[in-house]
Amino acid sequence: MHELIKTDKTIPFMRFRMVAWIFSGLLLIASIASLAINQLNWGLDFTGGTVIEVGYEREADLSEIRTTLDANGFSGAVVQNFGTQQDVLIRIEPQEGVKAQEVGDNILNLLRAATDEEVTMRRIEFVGPNVGDQLTQQGGLAMLTALICILIYIAFRFEWRLALGAVGALAHDVILTLGLFSILGLEFDLTVLAALLAVIGYSINDTVVVSDRIRENFRKFRKGSSEEIINGALTDTMSRTVITSLTTVLVLFALFFLGGALIHGFATALLFGVFIGTYSSVYIASSLALALGVSREDLMPPEVEKEGEDLDPMP
Amino acid sequence: MLNKFPLWKNLMVIAILVIAGVYALPNLYGEDFAVQVSATRTTSIDTQVMGRVEDTLAELDIAPKSIVMEEDQLLIRLSSDNEQLKAREAIMQELGTDYVVALNLAPATPDWLAALGATPMKLGLDLRGGVHFLMEVDMNEAMRKILGQMRDTVRTELREERIRYTSIERRDDDIVVTLRTTEDYQAAENYLDGLYEGYTLLEDEAARTLTLRMTETKIEETRDYAISQNVTILRNRVNELGVAEPLVQRQGAERIVVQLPGVQDTARAKEILGATATLEFRLVDDQNSVREAEMGRVPFGSELYPNRNGGNVLLKEDVILTGDHIVNANSGFDENQRPQVNISLDGVGGDKMSLATRDNVGKPMATLFIEFKTTGERDQEGDIIFERHEEVINVATIQARLGSSFRITGLDSVQEAQNLALLLRAGALIAPIQIVEERTVGPSLGQENINMGIQAIVWGFVLVLAFMVMYYKKFGMVANLALATNLILIVGVMSMIPGATLTLPGMAGIVLTVGMAVDANVLIFERIREEIKAKRSPQQAIHHGYDSALSTIADANVTTLIAAIILFAIGTGPIKGFAVTLAIGIVTSMFTSIVGTRAVVNAIWGGKRIDKLSV
Repeated sequence: MHELIKTDKTIPFMRFRMVAWIFSGLLLIASIASLAINQLNWGLDFTGGTVIEVGYEREADLSEIRTTLDANGFSGAVVQNFGTQQDVLIRIEPQEGVKAQEVGDNILNLLRAATDEEVTMRRIEFVGPNVGDQLTQQGGLAMLTALICILIYIAFRFEWRLALGAVGALAHDVILTLGLFSILGLEFDLTVLAALLAVIGYSINDTVVVSDRIRENFRKFRKGSSEEIINGALTDTMSRTVITSLTTVLVLFALFFLGGALIHGFATALLFGVFIGTYSSVYIASSLALALGVSREDLMPPEVEKEGEDLDPMP
Repeated sequence: MLNKFPLWKNLMVIAILVIAGVYALPNLYGEDFAVQVSATRTTSIDTQVMGRVEDTLAELDIAPKSIVMEEDQLLIRLSSDNEQLKAREAIMQELGTDYVVALNLAPATPDWLAALGATPMKLGLDLRGGVHFLMEVDMNEAMRKILGQMRDTVRTELREERIRYTSIERRDDDIVVTLRTTEDYQAAENYLDGLYEGYTLLEDEAARTLTLRMTETKIEETRDYAISQNVTILRNRVNELGVAEPLVQRQGAERIVVQLPGVQDTARAKEILGATATLEFRLVDDQNSVREAEMGRVPFGSELYPNRNGGNVLLKEDVILTGDHIVNANSGFDENQRPQVNISLDGVGGDKMSLATRDNVGKPMATLFIEFKTTGERDQEGDIIFERHEEVINVATIQARLGSSFRITGLDSVQEAQNLALLLRAGALIAPIQIVEERTVGPSLGQENINMGIQAIVWGFVLVLAFMVMYYKKFGMVANLALATNLILIVGVMSMIPGATLTLPGMAGIVLTVGMAVDANVLIFERIREEIKAKRSPQQAIHHGYDSALSTIADANVTTLIAAIILFAIGTGPIKGFAVTLAIGIVTSMFTSIVGTRAVVNAIWGGKRIDKLSV
């Protein structure tokens, strides 16, 4: 059988945990600072913008319109057919310091230059954001509640130290991914929001798999320090971790390189998230649990009283 | 015997696959452009209406693909979007305002599948496009309402201050207070001066009038407030309709855009979006004669309203309660199987109701139904003229002091009860709105982007499939089979659930669950390899591999499922859409990767003597 990872020797993952913590700490500080100073580059869904309705004489070529707009600094424009094949609805982000009318004229000139047909302006107006404050508020609340419930579930199924580790890793991944978008100034739209949720899902999955193995190894091996056991568990799951990340990354690479401009942000967020999610289940979740002092006694199965043992036999 | 499934388990796997497969099938067929006609409260759809539609289309030289009549609805399928627009215009003119005529996209599902209740998966605005409504808000009415509330505030406050006035009325954008005496005038001036932010006080001592005038900024703010409030309420309504991931946004100064994804009951949506129905509860004036009032002598402090069942009712001018205090409303039936609406009030509303009914036990109370209807005409300024329709839908004797929940009856039909309940739940619009434009819109992501995205996903899958076969050989092929069935299951289940709509965020959910499905198989196969290394026999290795991976997979998936359920319960819009596909994907991927692959593995390797496993 092929093996990507030879797992004869235990890899001393936890030996490098201080380095990893400093690394993560710096990244977290940078992310939070950038989120505070630069904030996020919100997309059209969040900001609203200008809507322009134009009419063509013949069937309009939407992809050409998109290319024209993209090439002239109106990236991220939404271009869609409106009622008929000849009518086109264009939504663009607000342009700072430029009046809507000027933007409209600009765009009309661009579109006219790109085709030999007559293009007529039907309407130009500003539009408000599509997502209300409700989404932002409730979205934050939803994520927070989800984190708490995950914490409770893992604490119930495993142990509270592992649960804190898992939730710490989740928060770490979310902040770093948001930070990446803030630092690079990438547009944050609804698809990126979805990607962020997927990152959370991926990270939970990865963390739980690792935690599960840690618990199992604590129960299986009667000897060894907590650090050794965790190293062993991480080594045991390494092969699986690499293969799963690899398959996910394969799909994401395809999305990133072949998926076109619109899902670029989506693929970027997920690619980054997969790497950071894999890293965090080792160096945040596991090492946090270790630092909190997780030990064999905490993970031994509780002595279960057999049901009915204390009861008198039925007459 | 080790690694053999009993027959029922194999049959169950096959049955689930077949059912999901059948329900996934309609997605292979496309959609037709369609026009939907539905009846309103006063009309019904019959063969005569169908005939009129057929004649109208014949005049236009449009040959419809089909015209189907069902449950008070007429669905006309057409072959192009141009025909669709023309047909809608013509049919609207022919049938007039008694019918709701709406654009729609109807799935072209073959009859035998439709008979099974199979419909295609709904695609969101970003992937498929949908219907676009442009609505105009009646700003005049909004201002009138806000100034009306202002007038009531001034009235109460002057009363509390014991300042006597002759009248308080609204003139254009002003509130004019006329005082009894000069002392009162002085007192009122001192009191009102600078009391309300955004209002300037104009004094006229000779006429003993004080005028509260809105400042320009206040007018601007008020308009903004009216629009944004209407946007919120429209969003609520669309959500109440169960339409997933709509687009509701303000456009320009007085308009709101609503886009709903394709295949839905657009006629109902249209009815609900534009509806302005709300309720008021008032005491009936039983001291004075209705006949006198009908002859024009309406007593002071009372108003005459028509009763839906004929005749008129004299009501007290004071409103006990308006629809604003309603927090929940559900439609149901009373003991005589007549439609009713159960209403729950908020704290303030409950107090008001309880206070008003305490002193009036034994007296009649009326429910006034208020609705704005468009006349289809516009005034000189180009604003739409609305007509206020008010009618009493029931009069009931107050049997006991009412609290925060009660019910109302007197509704014409179940449909009306349902609509009213929905409207009361979603809240009343600040100002009436009118749909001024209706179009279909293409996918907002653009067809070629969608094609590129799908192509990319396909390539991604091919890479994963190739990798799995290379790495895990025959077991990899089993995993790939599970992956493919998982996709069919997701599509099948998504098509079965009425509220589920696939959007790009949803596709993110699917990509994630596919990743998790692969992960589950990787976990199992790695365990089997470990068992083989630990020198177990192949059969033992399979058995223990599946067993020990199970708890890991279950824990990981249950944790993610918890996250999905919470995102669904609390999140809105795209977060919800993502959560639905994620939850469905988790369940199907657990099924395929644990039960599905086991069935295949057992069928191939189970119960035989084998020396070596291809894993």
